[in-house]
This record gives sequence, C-alpha cells and structure tokens, in this order.
Amino acid sequence: MSASDVVVSAEGLRIWYGTERGPVRAVDGVSFELRAGETLGLVGESGCGKSTLGRGLLDLLPEGSKMDGSLRYQGHDVLAMSTSRRHALRGSDLAMIFQEPLTRLNPLMRIREHFEEALRTHEPGVGKDELRRRSMEVLRRIGIPPTRYESYPHEFSGGMRQRLMIALALALRPAFIVADEPTTALDVLVEAQILEMLHDLRSEIDTALLLITHNLGIVAEACDRVAVMYAGEIVEIGDARDVFRNPRHPYTRELLRSTISLSTTGLHYIPGAPPDLVEPPSGCHFHPRCPDAMTVCTTTAPPVVESAGTLAACWLQSPGAIPAGAEEPLRRREISDADEA
Amino acid sequence: MPTRPETAAPTETLIEVEELEVHFRLQGSSLARLFGRDTGHVRAVDGVSLELHQGEVVGLVGESGSGKTTLGRALLGLEQPTGGRIRYGGKDITRLGERDLRSLRTELQMVFQDPNAALNPAMTIARQVGHPLRIHGLAKGRDDLRAKVSQSLERVGLAPVERFLDKYPSDLSGGQKQRAVIARAIITGPRLLVADEPISMLDMSVRSKILQLMLDLKNDLGLTYVYITHDLASAKFFCDRVAIMYLGRIVEIGRTEEIFRDPKHPYTKALLAAIPDPDPDRALPRDLPRGEIPDAADPPSGCAFHPRCPRAFEACGWEPRDLQTLLDSHWASVSVEDYEREREVVGDLSGLERARGRAVLRPGAGSTAADVRALLDRLRAADPEEPFWRGVESVDVEGGDVIVTFAPAEDPVLRTVSAVRVACHLYEA
Amino acid sequence: MASIATTPTGAKPRRRSGLGRRLLSPVTRTTGVARWILVAGLLLTLVFVVAAVFAPWLAPYDFAQKRLADGQAFPKMTAPGGDHLLGTNDQFFDVLSRVVWGSRTAVEVVVLSIAASLVIGVPLGLVSGYLGGWLDRVLLLVMDALFAFPSLLLAIVFAFLLRDVLGGTVLADVLGVGVTSAALSLTVIYIPQYYRVVRNTTVSAREATYVEAARAIGASRWTVMRSYLFPNVVSSVPVIGTLNAADAIGTLAALGFLGLGIQPQEAAEWGYDLNRALDDTSAGIWWTGLFPGLAIVLLVTALTLVGEGLNETVNPTLRRRKLVAVVLPPRDEKVRS
Repeated sequence: MSASDVVVSAEGLRIWYGTERGPVRAVDGVSFELRAGETLGLVGESGCGKSTLGRGLLDLLPEGSKMDGSLRYQGHDVLAMSTSRRHALRGSDLAMIFQEPLTRLNPLMRIREHFEEALRTHEPGVGKDELRRRSMEVLRRIGIPPTRYESYPHEFSGGMRQRLMIALALALRPAFIVADEPTTALDVLVEAQILEMLHDLRSEIDTALLLITHNLGIVAEACDRVAVMYAGEIVEIGDARDVFRNPRHPYTRELLRSTISLSTTGLHYIPGAPPDLVEPPSGCHFHPRCPDAMTVCTTTAPPVVESAGTLAACWLQSPGAIPAGAEEPLRRREISDADEA
Repeated sequence: MPTRPETAAPTETLIEVEELEVHFRLQGSSLARLFGRDTGHVRAVDGVSLELHQGEVVGLVGESGSGKTTLGRALLGLEQPTGGRIRYGGKDITRLGERDLRSLRTELQMVFQDPNAALNPAMTIARQVGHPLRIHGLAKGRDDLRAKVSQSLERVGLAPVERFLDKYPSDLSGGQKQRAVIARAIITGPRLLVADEPISMLDMSVRSKILQLMLDLKNDLGLTYVYITHDLASAKFFCDRVAIMYLGRIVEIGRTEEIFRDPKHPYTKALLAAIPDPDPDRALPRDLPRGEIPDAADPPSGCAFHPRCPRAFEACGWEPRDLQTLLDSHWASVSVEDYEREREVVGDLSGLERARGRAVLRPGAGSTAADVRALLDRLRAADPEEPFWRGVESVDVEGGDVIVTFAPAEDPVLRTVSAVRVACHLYEA
Repeated sequence: MASIATTPTGAKPRRRSGLGRRLLSPVTRTTGVARWILVAGLLLTLVFVVAAVFAPWLAPYDFAQKRLADGQAFPKMTAPGGDHLLGTNDQFFDVLSRVVWGSRTAVEVVVLSIAASLVIGVPLGLVSGYLGGWLDRVLLLVMDALFAFPSLLLAIVFAFLLRDVLGGTVLADVLGVGVTSAALSLTVIYIPQYYRVVRNTTVSAREATYVEAARAIGASRWTVMRSYLFPNVVSSVPVIGTLNAADAIGTLAALGFLGLGIQPQEAAEWGYDLNRALDDTSAGIWWTGLFPGLAIVLLVTALTLVGEGLNETVNPTLRRRKLVAVVLPPRDEKVRS
C-alpha cells in the first residue's frame, strides 16, 4: 500500500475540554493513520475519549473544546482550513453514523425523499428521474424492498432505520466515515446483519471507516485494525487479529481477559476505575491498575514501540530503555472493590 | 482466578409457573378509545411454564420483545397476569391483592438494568438501601437500621461504608450504583432475586465484578436467581439452566451445558452463531436469519420464528403475509425496471397482511392470472430451496384470481428432545 | 503510592448537608446572566419582605392614622417633606406609611395564597397523576375549567363569596377578612397551575425505574407518592410559585383598584391607594400615585426576576454548560513528570 492511500492521518492530536476543575484531557496526543478501504476499530471503556476523538476527526466538537496537533485529510491540513472549507468537506467527503438513527432522520420526509435530497444537495444538476433511479438503487442495495420507498422513518423497525442511516451516509460515497456505536441499540441478530451489510458495502466502495465501539467482539468481526484507547491515549494499535491473539499492552490483555465471551470459564477483572482526565496519573496512565507496573511506569511515560506492525506504548516493550533500578515491580496498597467505574 | 462453583443438584421447587399469560391492551387511536373499541393485545408472555428450584440460576434469554422482562416482572407480582398461575411455596400468588403481595416482597426481589434510573435521585444511599426495612418494619430503631444498612453495603463491597452512606446516587459511578441496588435488594433477606440485565449497561471492566458479586451473594445467602439477558455469553457462564424466549414463548429450555453444546431450536442456533466474539478465529456466519422480530400484537401463525427460520417446513405456519415478504425480498434484489414491471402484474397486495389460510392475488390492469402464476413459478424456480415453498400446498387459478393455499398451521409445543425441551416441529417424531 | 481515582464528582467531600445543598443549589448552579437575575430579584424581594416584617418600626405612622398622638390632624395632600417624607393623600393618610404597611399586606396575601395553592394543588396533582383513572379525568376537567376562566373575573367572584364565608374564622381574625378572602380567591386561580405541572411530571415519573423499584421493595402507594414521586416532581414548583407571586401582586392591586379588595381601614393596600390617587394627578399631585405604583412595579419585577432566574436552573433545556476557555499548553509539557 502506498502512502497516497492514506485518507486520514493524525499526529499528536489533542482535544481538551474546559471545566471549572481544569481542562479535561479527553484526547491527549493521539497518532494514527487510516487508509482507503480500511476499517479501524476504536475500543475502550466509557470516558476514555473514543467518542471525543471520533467527533474531533469530523470537526463536530462541542463548544468549549480545543483541538491541536496535526490532522491531515487526504494530505490537506484540516486544522489550517477555514471554517467554510471544513464545512464543505464534512458534507460530502466525511460522514458520521450515530447510535440512534431515528433522531437523525426527518420524520416528515419519506425515505425516498431523504435519499433524493442528499444526492441533490451534493450533485446539483442531476435530473429528477436520474435522482429517483439512483436513490432506489441505493435502497435496493441495502435490502429495503421497493414497496417501502414511500414510507416514513417511523414506519421502519430499529434495524431498518440503522440500515437507512448507513445507506444515507454511504450514498455520497464519502472517503471517510466515523460510526459511533452503530449497533449498540440493536438486537443480536440484527446487529450481525448490520455488520454483514457494512462489510459488504465497504468492499464495494473504497471508504475508510472508523468504528467506535466498546464491544471487542464487534472489532474482531468487522475491523482490519484496532486501536485501544485508555485515558485519552492510544495504548496499542495494530492488526486486529494480531492484537487480539497477542496483545502487547497489559491494558489490552486485561480488557480481553475481562470480557465475558462464550469461552469464559472464570471471571477476571481490572481493579480500580479509569482515571479522572483532569488529573491523569503520572507516567503511564494505566500504572495504578496495571498488574505488571514497574517503578519506571509511575514517573515516565513509556515510548511507543513497534513490533511486527503493532505499536504499543508500554515499558515492557522496551526493557533496554528502562533506567537502572527502575524495573522493580511496583508495590502499592490494595484497591478496594468499591473503586470502580 | 475465581471460577463458577459447581451447584448442587436441584432441591425443592421454589416457584412454579403454569401457562402464564400477560397480555397488554394496545392503546390504539384516540377515536378507538373513545368508543371503547378493542384495539388488540400485545402478547408479551403467551403461555409460559417454568419451574424454579431453590438455589439455582435460571436464565431467561431473548431479544427485545421476547417477553423475558415481562415474565420476570410477573414473577414478582409487578405485572398482573391475564392467565395462568404462579405458585410460590405452593400458594397461588397471581390472585393476591396488593396488600398480600407487599408482604411477599421481602422474599422476592429485583435488580434492574439501568442502575442510573433504579435509585431515587432525591434519597441518600443509606435511606434508600434501608427503605425496605422501614417499609416492612424490620428494623428496631435507628441504630439497628443503620447497622443493617452498613452491613448490607459492606456485603456488596461498598466499603468503607462511611464513604457512601450520605451520598446521593448522582455521586456514585455506574458500578457503585448497581452495588447499591443489589444492597437494597438483599437487605430483607430474600429467597429469589430477579436480575433484569444487571450488567448490560455497565462498562466492560465492571461487568465481571458485578457478576462475581452476584455469584458470591448466591453462595453466601442461598439465593435463587432469575437472570434476564440478551447476552448468551454471560448466560452461559452464569446460569445453571437457560430458557430461550421468542415472542412471548419459551422455544427451548434445558441445562446450560446441553443448550450450548448442542442447541436444538433453529433460533437458538442462530443466536449462538451471531454473537460477536473477540476470538479472532471465529467469524460471523453468512446465513443469518433474515428480517427482525415481528410485532407481538400480531405474531406469525404457528411457530413465531417460521418467517425467519432457514429450516422451516410445511407445518410451521405459513400464511399470506409471508408471500408479501417473499415478494419484497425478491424485489429488493432485481433492477428497478423489473420491479416496476412485476409490480404491475400482481396488482393490489394490501389484502395479504390480513388474510388467513389462503392468499388471493388479483392480477393488475392489463395482466392475467396466468401472468401472476408465471411470476410465482419463476420465483420458485429461481430459489427452489426457499422454505416458503414448502408451506405452499397449491397455486390455483380461480375465476381470474390466483389462489395460493398454505398447509395448515400447528403451534409447536415444548417436548423433551434428548436432554432439553424444545418447541420445534423439526423434533416431532 | 498508587493514586486511586475517586468518583469524578466526589473530588472533595462536601460538608454541607443534603437539604442545604438542595436549597442552595439554584444559586450555586446558575451561571452568568441567570445568576445576576436571580440575585438581583432576591435582593429586591428581600427589601419588601423586611419592610413587611418590620412595618411597625419602619413606618412613621400607622396605616390608618389620620392624626398625631396629640390629636393634631395630618394635613390633606401635603407635598413630600417635613413630617411626611412622601406626603399625605386625600384621606389624610401618610403615603410612606401606607407604602410600607402595603408591603406587609402584599406579602401576607402572597404567602397565604401560594401556601394554600401549594398545599392543595401539589397533592391533588400527585394523586391524580399517580393513580390515574376516573379521579384523574374528573380532576383534570375541573381544573381545566377553572384555568379557562379569566383569572381576574374568577378572583372577583371568589373574593365576594369568601368575604361572607370567612367572617369569624380563626384565619380571618388573625389576618383580617379582607386579606384572607383576597388570598384565598387568588388560591383558587393558582391551584390549577400547580395541579397541572405536578400531575404531568408525575405521569412521566410514574414510569421511571426507581418508582418501579419502590413497588418492588413493597412500598405502598402512599409511600411511593410521598418518598419517591414528591421529591422528584416538585422541582419545577418554585418557578411557578415565584411567577405566581408576581402575578398575585398584580391581581391583588387590580382587585383593590376596582374597589373590590381590601378596605382602607382593614389594611394598607397599594391598588386601593392608586385608585384614590387617580383624581389627584389632574391637580398636579403626583406623590399619592407614584409611590404605591412604584412599589407594585418593583415587587412584581423582583419576583419575576427570581422566577426567571430559577427557571434557568431548574429547566435543563435552558441551562447551558459553563464554558471555560482551554489553553493547550505547549508540547514540551507533555513529558510528564
């Protein structure tokens, strides 16, 4: 894959919110690249900054937040762009899929009209018949029977609505889509259908997809690569199969172990709670909960180390760089049950 | 690493549910209500029989609309059954008055899905956790109440208790709130705990902690659990027995190992296959059941799962609206031009939704019955394996219309198949 | 050595008791303009409350006093200055005393009417919303009918009716028949407002999980309403209360202005004084009308400000998160110590 395939690249991206207690470091120095046709899963516990990052990439941040670092979209520096150019970019080349589709569909517009509207706005000058033909084509591809084209959003089931939302987002063939927990509100079987549909659609159009989820299973099913986020930072990023089979970062490993799956035979959990992002712990943010923590972890942030295509930020990956005497296992007091998220 | 303890063989029966029905009146339009017209019923629970043994964990597993939550609520008398019986300790509790039911509430308790909503935002933790004792007059004075509340909070891991007693729910994290909810549920020393998706709204790293807490409580206090969930993975780990529910009925029930080792009902099989699993060597199947859960106000005839079932056959309850679904999915796969041409041939399809037993297709203007028939034949030839055709007895032309007759429907009943009980026509001798 | 994260909100233990925290929360939670509106309204209201409470000491004379203790009569319609800081009116009353004593009347009427409508309206709304059924329908109909009437008309009718009924009751003996009947006639107007708001919030809160949880632990209907619904549905009541208080001042003055309210010998009342001052204006006598009028305007404004300020805090759709500017520190600081 050549460098020209890179659709989104972020480097040292920071997104902070102001609060009365001080700035919340929701995203604090995140770097990654996303190529055309690739799906990157972004996982982490609630409050780790994954949704903020997703919104930040699409310039959908709420008031009172600030973003800096470098964010390039197809080579153009987004942060240096004027507001109007960013706005134009967001409409046609970037798209977002939300958890609750009904709030994003106009209840007074027929389904067909939604699609015609979207296509018309971004491709003015297309004839009426052509618009109709093309929107029907899109609907047909996602399995909406033509007999339902004239229906209103509320007449569809939750799964159908999410299909419609996805189809609407993909209708303009955007280069980059952020999907924030797109299947969380859906039933197991429908969730599987949607994942299947996302997969099929993506093989047709060369879109880069960032899939934000708390469900590791969905990442394993639907993503090429995975980024694990903890306390505003990406602690590990790499090929999804590889990361799940051989996690480098203790947080990834512990998260996988604590997930209840069909093969679970014993319960395992990470003690403590994710840190307060106003005053994150010193050194490696995970050190207060990490079973492998060493003295060095409390003082110095670990370097990001690559091994076999996977990047991980953990001192265990670069034992040679640890100052002498600082590789002592960390001694600390017991974390009580009640200190949890 | 803590593991699931082996449970002793089932002992005495705690609760016996017989043919329980909970139907809800639909609201309907305001006009219909004004004239007192019957606006239909949602069959949330539609004939469920179940036994709960002392000390076991029974899982009620299903998707939304399966009736699992309504069944759980009915067990506690929070929902008035419209039919059937629930026997607790040999006594029928379905006909009890509000007052008698209230005294039972010390023995039957509930844990809710959303810990953020289950606590009164205007009460301190100490007051809410102790409230059941005050309501039932089980505490002797303030000091006794305080001591019992502290004990219960400590029991669920909210220690040191001084940190939590005077807090309001908004000061606690999700996991801590769920612990407080559990503390409130166990403070009266109940025998049965109905846990309605107790971990589904919690963060991944907290889920196992709460599940572990529930296991510990069960062993220490000799509790019996009804665990309501849509998550098969946690049910597999947590439950002794599992009942798979679909549209208000139990379609399969048996010991957890048996159900997960060899699922019998096609719905159970589909559910199991569709769980996204972090295991990189497992992938989602491509043959997922189509469509979504039908409307419980107007469930499919025969087996409610038949329209989505890959293995359905004659007896499963095929009906005219399945023909509508078939045509819809066919049209979603052809070009716009083909759709428009074929749509004209079959004419008005709006009658299919209501029709029972046989479907009458009146050809559209400019088409004949032979055209309609030819279309149906083409469909059949294109996909002869489609289960729908197994349920079609005959396609006849009568007085210019095409009549599609379906095999008579039969309701599948639970029957023992090897070690489990399953309601599926496939397993009838 | 490991830093153990506490819950996000519980950074420092707050030593304030639960009730104090809840009572003070409107002021501490408001921000920006809303806070100033609330504080300004509260201060202005406080002025009138102080005047009402300490009227006997603050006012130079009694409200119905026409002559000094030594028997010397007040001059009629004398201009402000001298013994009569704000002058006297056509009935020989001292205007300053009438204004100060008038705030006592106003506060009495407002407190009594709001308290009575709260005591009746809130429980009715709670019961109606929680139990539903025919009781709910009947109450809804009655309240809507009351609500549909022009409020001043209703107040006039009830003020007349109550005047006869109340004579000789304890309440009338303490506060006077005029004040009591005016207050209770206002009560009739305001009950439907509390009823509707409380009923509607109860109907939605009835479905909340914590109410279901209360049933699951065996709470009776009465307990559910008292301990679970009541504390959670009354949050919008203070807003209506203060806005009603403002409205009550206006309606009371209107009754007095029409001559249907409190009589001058019973208590000082601004609306009545304003009416009497009507003829004076043509004669160039401004002080008899200006000061009672100003009192009405100021108190109504004060109460409206409090109501609007409260509304900003209580109503989440109007509330905005306080934005704090973020300054991203230069990169080098990323090296964590």
